[in-house]
Amino acid sequence: MVQQQAALLKPESLVAEFKKNGVTHIVTIPDSETNYLYELMKDQPWLDVIPSSREGETFAIALGLIVGGKVPVCVIQNTGMMESGDSIRGMAIDSGFPMVMLIGYRGWTRHGVITDSAARYTETFLHAMGINYYLLETDDDASRISVAFEEARAQKRPVAVLVGDEYHGFNRM
Amino acid sequence: MFDSEDMFRAFKPHRGKAIVLVTGTSGRDWRDISDNESRDLSLQGAMGQTNSAALGFALAQPNEKVVLFDSEGSLQMNMGILGTIAGKKPKNFFHFLMDNECYATTGGQPVPNASEINYAGMAREAGYAATFQFDNLEEFQNNIETIMKAEGPVFVAMKMIPKIENEPIGRRVRKPQRSRAETIKVMQAELGITVA
Repeated sequence: MVQQQAALLKPESLVAEFKKNGVTHIVTIPDSETNYLYELMKDQPWLDVIPSSREGETFAIALGLIVGGKVPVCVIQNTGMMESGDSIRGMAIDSGFPMVMLIGYRGWTRHGVITDSAARYTETFLHAMGINYYLLETDDDASRISVAFEEARAQKRPVAVLVGDEYHGFNRM
Repeated sequence: MFDSEDMFRAFKPHRGKAIVLVTGTSGRDWRDISDNESRDLSLQGAMGQTNSAALGFALAQPNEKVVLFDSEGSLQMNMGILGTIAGKKPKNFFHFLMDNECYATTGGQPVPNASEINYAGMAREAGYAATFQFDNLEEFQNNIETIMKAEGPVFVAMKMIPKIENEPIGRRVRKPQRSRAETIKVMQAELGITVA
């Protein structure tokens, strides 16, 4: 039980990864799974959070930020990622710039049967778009964000990080 | 309604060193009028999202005036951006809307509620710092200096004469234009921006 608690995905670990990789902006629509992360991000003086109205906006805003010399991350849910298909195509993939997206993996579970179609189509969608991705399940996986940044910068392409667990709140433990 | 070429000619003396982005059929007229190509930026590439990309750039470069000439067809696809822009309050962002009430490039079909929708009203209620609307060139000319001195985000709705394209796409003659990648590269060199 103690080991399981230690492995829980903490928002502090993700924010530390953002800082390590020089992230300046988070373009986001909060969801229930990422609320604790949102609260922590807003408290960071070095990080500017841009709340958007629809997920398709996030990739275009991120492109503008990148062109302007900043380092954004798009933080959205898998449902919103699928809504953003044309924006991901035109503003992320076709742009030829590195872009990291953190995607809440709603409905995913390693155990049992996945019944939520949002989860069932998430990886299929990423495969169709030719976007590589990494999965975060526990706190030990947080360093995969750095791997995603390295890959995005080397290939000048978008790379996704799927968050397969709710964040366990820094102020809610 | 007034002509987009005339509008751009009236705007040009007040541009200063602003970064200018355009969308839509009417936006093409800017290419022949601009005399500072290194500060003309294309961030088109996804339906209705040029305004979002322009916002991102304005937030990244707060000391540069960023002027977007958006189209109403594009804005209708991404109306939530009005709230996003108003929420971030970019003082350097000038959002002009060229409203020709139709999808000119697909044959002139009307956009939803084409003649009755009030874009300036929507921007004002969303929270833009200043909004204007014009349906004739003279009033636009009389106000453009004030507009460009205002603190953003500023929204300017303009009724434009539609330039409808009815030729099949394969038969249309297009003027050569710089690619998005080229405009980005030139603009970044001009401003000394490197991608992190």
